[in-house]
Amino acid sequence: MKKYVCGICGYVYDPDKGDPDGGISRGTLFEKLPADWTCPVCGASKEEFSPE
Amino acid sequence: MSNVYSAIKVSDHVYWVGAIDWTIRDFHGYTTPHGSTYNAYLVMADEITLIDTVKAPFKEEMIARIKSVIDLSQIKYIISNHSEMDHSGCLPEVIDIIKPKKVFASAVGVKTLQELFHDQHEIIPVKDGEILSLGNMDLTFMETRMIHWPDSMFTYLAKDQLLFSQDAFGMHLATLERFDDEIPAATLEYEAATYYANIVLPYSPVVLKALEKVTKAGWKIKFIAPDHGPVWRKDISGIISLYQKWAGQKPTAKAVVVYATMWHSTEKMASVIAESIAQEGIKVKLMSMNEVHRSEVVYEVLNAGALIVGSSTLNNNILPQMADVMIYLKGLKPTNLIGAAFGSYGWSGESVRDLEQILKDMKVEIVAPSVSVKHVPDNSVLEKCHEFGKVIAAELKKRLAT
Repeated sequence: MKKYVCGICGYVYDPDKGDPDGGISRGTLFEKLPADWTCPVCGASKEEFSPE
Repeated sequence: MSNVYSAIKVSDHVYWVGAIDWTIRDFHGYTTPHGSTYNAYLVMADEITLIDTVKAPFKEEMIARIKSVIDLSQIKYIISNHSEMDHSGCLPEVIDIIKPKKVFASAVGVKTLQELFHDQHEIIPVKDGEILSLGNMDLTFMETRMIHWPDSMFTYLAKDQLLFSQDAFGMHLATLERFDDEIPAATLEYEAATYYANIVLPYSPVVLKALEKVTKAGWKIKFIAPDHGPVWRKDISGIISLYQKWAGQKPTAKAVVVYATMWHSTEKMASVIAESIAQEGIKVKLMSMNEVHRSEVVYEVLNAGALIVGSSTLNNNILPQMADVMIYLKGLKPTNLIGAAFGSYGWSGESVRDLEQILKDMKVEIVAPSVSVKHVPDNSVLEKCHEFGKVIAAELKKRLAT
């Protein structure tokens, strides 16, 4: 599963881990994240992310 | 005893109670030849509030300035706009001494302060847009994540039309003058630009959004009180438009040629390249990493359109002083640059390839094939360097025209 990196702070979204604090369960693809999901580190929106 | 250190009145209800660090010369790799200040502010409301604190060794100076106005026990709230240690280093001790009713920070700030100090002080998270009543006046909080840490926030005092902007709009400049109108404009612009380039640059997209957010909030601003350097009260729109300009990173007709050299061969190439670009009417800054500090390079790159990098090959690699500046530049993420690489070598010549790769990693568009030479460049190689400069100048002009 493809990882995505935040262009602002460098956080990497790893679908294998999800984003438990943001209510995103393990195994959720980046593409399937809700449109209003934001980077758990810096609050950047999904558009700031690119494939790692 | 009379007050050795005094508070300075900023606006009707705000005093500056920070500290001046005349001797600091390095902020995690950013050289600060003119020292700095750590600004803390006192809001003289019904509930007296301290905004930010100072670097740990300067605690006594801050406390003395506060005591020149009030007793410490009169402070009811402390706000931490930014958790970095130059603003929070003495926070746990100051909380113990002052014993305020409440301490506030952004949600991320609360976590960060816990990770920094591992202590039991209760810090209350405030939300983006939340308003805190100080009795006869209010503070409004605005999250400004990644300007320049995840915890960063602005605090606005509507009563005095004053924005506490933590590190944004700041500069590392130690002065006894506390206001922008007391310092020459050229000094302010240079220091603010250097600060922006060395601290804020990678977060330029966020800066643009934050400026928009402040406009949308409709905040009237008569004062900007940052955590370093002077308070802006004369030219508010000036510093805001400079931030807009720097964050936009629109390239200009300027090239920065940065190099490091072993036996002056790469230097000879650099000199010809710089001369050639200048002959095309492009402003050029030639910077030898044998002499220049990385902080000055990123200041020059801030408004440049081209970045040309050169290094001798040392033991199959680029020179260490060149690696230093390239790593620093890569982290600061300048955008909208074109570039190319050059250098001299003795037997293997990896430096040019490696420099090109770093430029590509930085998303610098390579516009000319690299030039390299074994040992000392002769006239034919210098002629190649001259052509190389011309190609880069032409490419830059093309981009500026579109």
